[in-house]
Amino acid sequence: MSSPILGISFGNTSSSIAYINPKNDVDVIANPDGERAIPSVLSYVGEDEYHGGQALQQLVRNPTNTIVNFRDFIGLNFADADVSRCAAGAPAIDVDGKVGFAIKRGEDVIEKITVDEVVTRHLNRLKLAAEDYIGQTISKTVLTVPTDFTDAQKDALAAAASKCGLKIIQFISEPSASLLAHIHSFPFEKDMNVVVADFGGVRSDAAVVAIRNGIFTVLATAHNAKLGGDNLDEALIEYFAADFQKKNQCNPRKNARSLAKLRSNAVITKKTLSNATTATISVESLADGFDYHTSINRMRYELTAGKVFSQFSQFINDTIEKANMDILDIDAVLLCGGVSFTPKLANNLEFLFPESVEILGPQNKDASNTPNELSCSGAALQGRLIGDYDDDELKEALQPVVLNTMHLQKAVGLLDAEGKFVPVILPETTYPAQKTITIKNAKGDFLVGVYEGESYIEEKTLEPEAKPEGEEDEEDSEEWSDDEPEVIREKLYKPATKLMELGIKDVTKGLQIIFNMNKDAVLKVTARDLKSNAVVQGQL
Amino acid sequence: MLSLPALTSDITVSTVAGAKLTPSVRRPIEPVGKDFMHHATRTLRNHTWSEFEKIQAEQNVKTVDESNVDPDELLFDTELADETLLGHDARDWKTADLYAAMGLSKLRYTATENQIIKAHRKQVVKYHPDKQSASGASLDQDGFFKIIQKAFETLTDKNKRKQYDSCDFVADVEPPKKGSEYDFFEAWAPVFASEARFSKKTPVPELGNLETSQKEVEQFFSFWHRFDSWRTFEFLDEDVPDDSSNRDHKRYIERKNKAARDKKKTADNARLVKLVERAMNEDPRIKMFKEAEKKEKERKKWEAGAGARAEAEAKAKAEADAKSKAEEEAKAAANAKADKKKSKEAAKAAKKKNKRAIRNAGKDNDYFGDAAQAAAIDEQITLIVDSLDDEQLVEVSDKIKADASASKTILSETAKTFVESGKLPASLVAYFA
Repeated sequence: MSSPILGISFGNTSSSIAYINPKNDVDVIANPDGERAIPSVLSYVGEDEYHGGQALQQLVRNPTNTIVNFRDFIGLNFADADVSRCAAGAPAIDVDGKVGFAIKRGEDVIEKITVDEVVTRHLNRLKLAAEDYIGQTISKTVLTVPTDFTDAQKDALAAAASKCGLKIIQFISEPSASLLAHIHSFPFEKDMNVVVADFGGVRSDAAVVAIRNGIFTVLATAHNAKLGGDNLDEALIEYFAADFQKKNQCNPRKNARSLAKLRSNAVITKKTLSNATTATISVESLADGFDYHTSINRMRYELTAGKVFSQFSQFINDTIEKANMDILDIDAVLLCGGVSFTPKLANNLEFLFPESVEILGPQNKDASNTPNELSCSGAALQGRLIGDYDDDELKEALQPVVLNTMHLQKAVGLLDAEGKFVPVILPETTYPAQKTITIKNAKGDFLVGVYEGESYIEEKTLEPEAKPEGEEDEEDSEEWSDDEPEVIREKLYKPATKLMELGIKDVTKGLQIIFNMNKDAVLKVTARDLKSNAVVQGQL
Repeated sequence: MLSLPALTSDITVSTVAGAKLTPSVRRPIEPVGKDFMHHATRTLRNHTWSEFEKIQAEQNVKTVDESNVDPDELLFDTELADETLLGHDARDWKTADLYAAMGLSKLRYTATENQIIKAHRKQVVKYHPDKQSASGASLDQDGFFKIIQKAFETLTDKNKRKQYDSCDFVADVEPPKKGSEYDFFEAWAPVFASEARFSKKTPVPELGNLETSQKEVEQFFSFWHRFDSWRTFEFLDEDVPDDSSNRDHKRYIERKNKAARDKKKTADNARLVKLVERAMNEDPRIKMFKEAEKKEKERKKWEAGAGARAEAEAKAKAEADAKSKAEEEAKAAANAKADKKKSKEAAKAAKKKNKRAIRNAGKDNDYFGDAAQAAAIDEQITLIVDSLDDEQLVEVSDKIKADASASKTILSETAKTFVESGKLPASLVAYFA
């Protein structure tokens, strides 16, 4: 068996690697320290190089030789890079116009390394971890990148990867990778519009993706490089620091080392709070020799970081607006990235979105409970898939003529008995496409009216007293609608252009209607009697 | 549940003329997932949806078929190739066909290690004494199972398998019978294929067919002439007694075994040499090549003699030319001689005629009125005529013939010239002078 294709999700804060094991399952690979979300950190102590969690620990004692948050610098000029984001670790310097770091490797030995070299070393460590785990040499990989990565950045990544013997056979965007992994384990039954929200450590990305016949189309993307899990940490640190200062009359924020200590412990507390309702934090000798020990419950944490949580919700909302869509157009929100573990995030979103929108976070039984591994799992799945194709086929498939496809702008469907429009082919569908609807037990003669439909949002204001009495949820509703009238918004379709009509007679056992659109956007509707197989076909 | 409106009018298909879908927008799609790959295939191959579904369905069926059946299973025997093996004495396992016992009678020496393991497992499941006793046989009847175990032991040990394969005469393919009719390639290819299994050198060249080049055929036979075989006959050794009490007997048996082995090996080598020799003699290609060589030789020889032949030809031609030329000349000479004689005769006749014409000139002209002197005139004319040379004779006779009446003057003039030149004395030709 040829060596498997590795799926790598390379993040600013942490990276994950996955492959498809011989049993055909996605295996997220842990590094020798047992970390499946491997911190993207490299640290140097003299001759020794530390990676992952071990390097992250060095941030307290040895911050100037510990490189953090370097992913986004690749392929950028020093002038274009926002170097403040790696302030917690080794300061970024200008090396030949690129971002680099000055690392002390022993007495009076300063090593200047560019970010490209750092990425190579990091990927090499990931590669070694995967090789240890699988027991085979790895040479090919699928790498996920944010949707806003430029070609130059991708080229720089590919060059860095090739230096450690990894050939990147495809770059795939993070939202598509996550969605791919989600669909692999929890397939959607129908075509959906999904917001893929990726909240990482230092940045947040969201994309509105239309899934039509399993094909993903990104309708809008949004990025926020200042929003992420670190903001939650900051809020928590601030809370603890204030508490500590109140107890001990000493400010831990003034001392970088104290701050680093507090940060590493606060992160652990934050992670615990995702799973438990209370968590403790204990830091020995936080500042001025004072120890710090306290417990915090989830409610307190959520209140403390409330502002950040609302920013997360707002970010998703903004993304939907950017796509010129209404919240009602969205069928699901897929949460990925480390922050998704926090229950408050999903709670907020459930509150924000109507019930029709499914929040696919770790709390949902129909979603992965490891949202931070979705991206690398998706990459591994894609790797397995393209492993079956040879290079030429892949190159052909990635041609612009294939990638840039025509998308339908308005829904096509038919009229039901009440004269309402029922969409069959949704907007943003790529063609050729085919949809089949089966009406079981239909009997008699039927008229199939094919229309192009338009969607609109209907707003209905429900006055509390206007509600008919005796309804089950009456009491609840009344409680809610005490102050203001409840507004019910609904997404509806109305028929716009009439395209064709088909009449089919003497149906006895059921009817099948097939909508087929070929590559030249020629619509063909076929109505077929399931018993006699009599067919009526119309073509536009 | 969707319900459709009832049909009120009597339409089957009515498309709204001019109705158009809202124009589509070109957007990039994400290159991930199998559905994208399908989309790419559809776009690149220009498949319609239904065509594509059909192709996919075909592919799916194929993969299921392939994955369900182990290809090795198809090569194993479904039933025991030799039923007598069931009653074979396990102590005599060496004489049993071990491949048949393993259900590998079709594969024999080509069976891979993996196939042997698989086949063994299959046979064990089928012939295990526990299984057999369940179906009524007694537990003691495990002879065949022991043979299977022995076979597995032999065939999985590299060395032992070589020894067994050496003596697996069932796998040998006999050369065609002499005198019977057969196609050389059909009959001999399996023979060489089976012999090739003993080759130390691989790959072994193949027999090929009628179109195989001379070089390859020569290589083939030179390979077989120098065939290096690993075939050994240890498997047929008599068992060496294990007792340490009689060492001499043991050594005797060992010596005997070695001698027998060597003998068999020599015989086998001799057999092979004979076999190759026979194949070479029968090979139609060798004959073909020999014939071609002979022809080529003749052609060469023919070409080499070209110069001498040309010379001889030229010589013969020259001789013939000379001969014909001489003949022609002789002929011409003869002709010329005949012509000369004829013309001489003609000239003589003409001269006679001319002479007669002149001589008769006197008589014809009544002796110019002087009949009295007729005798003298005749005599004198005869003198003149005799004195005339050939040219003068023709001239004078012509003149006389042209104008007979003037013959006296002509003759007189002629006589006068003779007299003047002194040829004739005037006295003799007094009449004319």
